[in-house]
Amino acid sequence: MSTQTERENVTETGIHGPTSSRFDVLREGAALDDIEIVHYEPQFAVPGGKTERRVVRTIAGFFLLTGLAATVFLVAYIWWPWEFGRQDGAQWFTPILGASLGLALAGLAFGILTWGKKLLPREVSIQQRHTGGSSEQERRITGQTIAYLGEEMGIGRRPLLKFALPLGLAPVGLVAAAPLIGGLIEDPHKNQIPGTETPELYTTGWNPAYNGGKPVRLTRQDGTPIRPEDVSVGGQMTVFPGIPHGSSNEHADSPTLLIHLRTSDADQARAANHRAGREDWMYGDYIAYSKICTHAGCPASLYEQQTNRLLCPCHQSQFLITDNAAPIFGPASRPLPQLEITVDDEGFFVAKRDYTDVIGPDFWERP
Amino acid sequence: MRKRKFDRAAVPGKLAGEVDDRFKVATPLRGVLNKVFPDHWSFLLGEIALFSFIIVVLTGVFLTFFFDPSMREVTYNGAYAPLRGMTMSRAYESALQLSFEVRGGLLMRQMHHWAALTFVAAIVVHMFRVFFTGAFRKPREANWIIGSLLFWLGFLAGFTGYSLPDDGLSGTGLRIASAIMLSIPLIGSWVTSSVFGGEFPGEIIMGRFYIAHVLLIPGILIALISIHVGLVFIQKHTQWPGPGRTNDNVVGERMFPRYAIKQGGYFMAVFAVIAFMGGLFQINPLWLFGPYEPAAVSSASQPDWYVMFLDGSTRLMPGWELPIPTPWGHYVVPPIFWPTVVLPGILTVLPALYPFIEQRLTKDRRIHNLLQRPRDVPARTALGAMAISFWLVLTLSGGNDVIADKFRISLNAMTWAGRIGLLLLPPLAYYITYRICLGLQQHDREVLAHGVETGIIRRLPDGRFVEVHQPLAAPGHDGHADLEYSGWVVPKKMNRLGALGPAIRGFFFPIERPSEAPVSPAPQVTGTEGTQRREVESGRR
Ligand code: HEM
Ligand code: FES
Repeated sequence: MSTQTERENVTETGIHGPTSSRFDVLREGAALDDIEIVHYEPQFAVPGGKTERRVVRTIAGFFLLTGLAATVFLVAYIWWPWEFGRQDGAQWFTPILGASLGLALAGLAFGILTWGKKLLPREVSIQQRHTGGSSEQERRITGQTIAYLGEEMGIGRRPLLKFALPLGLAPVGLVAAAPLIGGLIEDPHKNQIPGTETPELYTTGWNPAYNGGKPVRLTRQDGTPIRPEDVSVGGQMTVFPGIPHGSSNEHADSPTLLIHLRTSDADQARAANHRAGREDWMYGDYIAYSKICTHAGCPASLYEQQTNRLLCPCHQSQFLITDNAAPIFGPASRPLPQLEITVDDEGFFVAKRDYTDVIGPDFWERP
Repeated sequence: MRKRKFDRAAVPGKLAGEVDDRFKVATPLRGVLNKVFPDHWSFLLGEIALFSFIIVVLTGVFLTFFFDPSMREVTYNGAYAPLRGMTMSRAYESALQLSFEVRGGLLMRQMHHWAALTFVAAIVVHMFRVFFTGAFRKPREANWIIGSLLFWLGFLAGFTGYSLPDDGLSGTGLRIASAIMLSIPLIGSWVTSSVFGGEFPGEIIMGRFYIAHVLLIPGILIALISIHVGLVFIQKHTQWPGPGRTNDNVVGERMFPRYAIKQGGYFMAVFAVIAFMGGLFQINPLWLFGPYEPAAVSSASQPDWYVMFLDGSTRLMPGWELPIPTPWGHYVVPPIFWPTVVLPGILTVLPALYPFIEQRLTKDRRIHNLLQRPRDVPARTALGAMAISFWLVLTLSGGNDVIADKFRISLNAMTWAGRIGLLLLPPLAYYITYRICLGLQQHDREVLAHGVETGIIRRLPDGRFVEVHQPLAAPGHDGHADLEYSGWVVPKKMNRLGALGPAIRGFFFPIERPSEAPVSPAPQVTGTEGTQRREVESGRR
């Protein structure tokens, strides 16, 4: 093939010409799609020369590497120990698979790319775009056809149909939407326990309704109740309602932080409680706040003893425990709700009643 | 009768004839085989997104054979000892099984995650290239809009997938998502309880996320990607300006064989990188996070990188609650509504409409098939830099607790730095980028007029020193070359002009080049030297 083939040459020969090579046919065919191959040049000055042979060997090497690596993958997959916890190299299973698979694919990639870039002739082709839409005539024809379509249907002439059609179709559209919306929709205000005042948005596991009307105990995750001595001064404990499944995700809004404040802090907290009209919500130096952040519902669980701040790890809202858990930094806008606690006759912590504020993230109709 | 001899060589031709008899494909096939594609490294970015999407689908199908999206409570008794005896959801248990008890399952899980991250990253970088080069201008606005939809779908696909295993991290993410829905004025609580089938977390959400993640979102993605790539095909790809390149042609290679082979090679390369990463780099080790418990601590928990900007915007937002007193009662709009519903809303609509906004402002309604160098459109480039800096501040703020911890800065200081940075940095980025663009433009014009710096210093008779410049063309009447800037790279070094031999290229061997550069009206797309040398000639013409 010549480096710089002239166009006239092709036209002379033509597709059916006696001397037309395959390339000539290709070129002529490309011209039918407004493509001109203006530059077509083999990569090697000497066909089959030293450089070419080296490139061919390299490509072959890449493909053989692929075969080798793929074999390694298969062998390792079948015979390498892989069960988790084995001490005989099982931890290398995934890395070996990944490395051998990666190597196999990389060999393929380099082989193919070298082939395409180094062996195939370089070319420059030019294709005409014909941008800018159809011709005026085409547009007119199609436009008229569509307009006539409207005439054929005769909607303009038959006003009754014009009204009946949309009126008939609209409900059909709604029929499609109805089961979707109607099936999905759930009332957030419905009562969870029939016959009691327990709308799910405003109720937690601390509601006595879950406990046959009796106050609910504060328990650990395993369900064991808690005595005041179980929490040391300055300490804290995450507590769950002592009801069936109290610590499960069924009551995801119930986890509460029980904090044993130092006496001076407790006095401050009590004074703040007093100002907010929360007489006797603490028990001694113990205070309990919802652990569910009022911002977006993460557990606000990093308690800083020195400053009495509770930090939420999600967006770093900070709540001041000695000031009714008011938000003092970050994106939260609402204090953490407080749980009114006391101790029952057996000496275990109980919640006097459910939270009076809504737990967790804020919403439009929050009372 | 003569026995028909079987002619092997005639079989393919005959077969092709039979196919064409039925489907009449010869003509369209010829068009496809010969279709010309322009080439440039930046056009590969969209392909990388496409390739990683294919890998995501392949590995994802494998995962579905083992994963069980059930919220049923089970007690773990599997291979991973530290979690034995814990109650967890069946979803989490099956994700652990996939990691430890399915042979090669961990590799597939990690490849899936890495491919998903690569997918979104490639989309974002691809979008940058389309934006900064003006490839979205008429007639490609529709593809730009489809593209921005693809980004958000990729985002959703990532988020739903991340949530499925129901581990400690993803459960927290889901909790935040429920809070975001809850914050929508008027209908928030209804939306949330409808989506979760009652109170958070409920039993049904995983099943719904699962079907969205494996069927709905991928289905829409596949449909939109097909349209996206189909439109590129029909409208023909844009190209960079250069000699022989006009608004009405495409200069490049025919699709087959060279272009297609290279695409196949790049696909394998992307696949290889993801296989390496999936095998060698741990990603989302969910056994370390434990099952989701609403009360469990999760400090320094980071979402995947492309969600971090939302996390950041949420962290920077001050706790401003908007009270709405009405005759029927007192309502509130919680602060989380603005950074997580309003901001993404703006970020969806505004960029999607950008092509039309630009058209409005520049009154340029012509068809553009030639790309623009970012420096030549300073206002757009600066706007892009502004958007990127805005996004960067948010993304960094999404990890501000980690930064604060690592560098021992107070967390509150980090938050304030983010708040101030968010207001200050974008305009600053705009200004600086604008100036840089103008500077680069000016330098291009200078070189065109005065020539290339040669590095040769000459002392004039009066003692002054001047640097000798190599003009790019014969000087015009005023002693300066009258070269028109053509929207493409201006040679700025002597070896770009062929005065010094081209730098030796090749990794192990210098690549031998024909001593005489081929003459053609268009540049070679791979080597840059050739391009620029010809650029000068075209100027001389
Ligand atoms: C699922 C994600 C995506 C895939 C798989 C994808 C794929 C592709 C491919 C293969 C091309 C042709 C090659 C190239 O120019 O890179 C392309 C072009 C294009 N893409 Fe995307 N893309 C995606 C997302 C986007 C996004 C997010 C945008 C912008 C909002 C976008 C806008 C465009 C435009 C305007 C073109 C035409 C470019 C031209 O002709 O110069 N795409 N896309
Ligand atoms: S969830 Fe606590 S700060 Fe956002």
